[in-house]
Amino acid sequence: MSGLLRHRTYLRAVEPKPRYDVIIIGGGGHGLATAYYLASRHGVTNIAVLERSYIGAGATGRNTTVVRANYKMPESVAFFKRSYELYEGLSVELDYNLLMSRRGLFWLAHSENVLRLQRERALLNQAFGVDTVFIGPDEIQKLCPQIDLEAGGKGKPIIGASYHPPGSVIRHDAVVWGYAAAAQRLGVHVHEGVNVTGITRQNGRAIGVETTAGPIAAGTIVSATAGYTSAVAALAGLRLPITTHPLQAFVTEPYGPILDRIVASSDLLVYISQTSRGEILVGAEIERYTTYSTRSTFSFLAECASRAIDLLPFTAKLKILRQWTGLCDMSPDYSPLMGLTEVDGFVVTAGWGTWGFKAIPASGMAMAELVATGKVPALIAPFRIDRFRDDRAIPDRSSAGTH
Amino acid sequence: MGFKIDCPRCGPRSYHEFWFDGEVRQRDPDGTAEDDYRATWLRANAAGPQQERWFHHAGCRRWLTIERDTTDNTVRPVDGTAHYGE
Repeated sequence: MSGLLRHRTYLRAVEPKPRYDVIIIGGGGHGLATAYYLASRHGVTNIAVLERSYIGAGATGRNTTVVRANYKMPESVAFFKRSYELYEGLSVELDYNLLMSRRGLFWLAHSENVLRLQRERALLNQAFGVDTVFIGPDEIQKLCPQIDLEAGGKGKPIIGASYHPPGSVIRHDAVVWGYAAAAQRLGVHVHEGVNVTGITRQNGRAIGVETTAGPIAAGTIVSATAGYTSAVAALAGLRLPITTHPLQAFVTEPYGPILDRIVASSDLLVYISQTSRGEILVGAEIERYTTYSTRSTFSFLAECASRAIDLLPFTAKLKILRQWTGLCDMSPDYSPLMGLTEVDGFVVTAGWGTWGFKAIPASGMAMAELVATGKVPALIAPFRIDRFRDDRAIPDRSSAGTH
Repeated sequence: MGFKIDCPRCGPRSYHEFWFDGEVRQRDPDGTAEDDYRATWLRANAAGPQQERWFHHAGCRRWLTIERDTTDNTVRPVDGTAHYGE
């Protein structure tokens, strides 16, 4: 367990080579997982992961650590089911304790519309072998006595929920460190503090990157940069269907175990869980306008805390410790954007919005297969970046949880 | 992140009073289907100054165009033809 505190000892500082077979831009979960699966599954080890800050500094280190598979489009359910299964075996595979903790996740409904949505979700999930059930207020109260079914007595009582028993929380930093350490053992170079400033093209093909550590040639370039995807794609001369929005969250001081479920409300737009460190973690929806600013707001804190207290009255007594903001790369249909681009040799995994953390293992494995074989795996084929050109959107907004 | 938008009719107001309509996009009425696809779906999503449209729903209920630096949310009105009609 000491590895949780001493992760930096796992990262070896190495000089960048003049050329790598694969350069991955972005040292978050998606980038490091792609590197790890390329090395472990496909024998491709001449890889560099370029991270302009420290690994996990972006969305992987700022998300709210929920892992679940209760999506509502067939393509998404299949994908996130695969990702959940990979997460279940990941601590053993990486030889790194990720503190995966199975909690059970509620999506509460306070209105007929959302109730219908949650019932449909349960049925669709069951058809795909994902354990989600539709339950009424009595069962909600039995599974989680802390929930106030009157939701603060403001005229929006809880009338039902979809309940997803596999819903889990994981130590998110450990996912980053585990993948990074495992990838390094297989020969992958992880370069922190290296910023990509240009993508070199020749005859329409991406052949290398300009960086703050000098130019590096590459066979294939992968962008795994979440909120900054548009900027990286612009270096390759591309525009993508992505906008960058801020998402905020806060935690209380740590307490003993008082909440063992994950409680979310699609009507109140709030979700609450207790981390393995004991903090009560509260998050909400994205802001509607785009920004790259990660400054937090008091209005969010006040509004979100009020919603949390409506659902779980005991949280009124807790003390808030800190709040933060992350950047989300939102796609128009709330589904990921993965795969080939109009530039040969430049592939993208993006559009991860507010649901990227739970996708890391399946995304990494699929992107590794794409890079190694040049063929788009069937699991991610529906998520191709140009799907809007022929109206093949995969609208799954309700599965973001709080939208 | 909180910021104010200087509405030409109502004065400086919190961004909460406005709906965001995204970056200004040019659509070519004589363009091809491919032009339409790009104008409809693709975005510059600039990190820096961006011209964008907002609707003052809690005020004059009219559209306006502003320039906002998306890295720090500083806002300035766009001069000249800044403010679209209804």
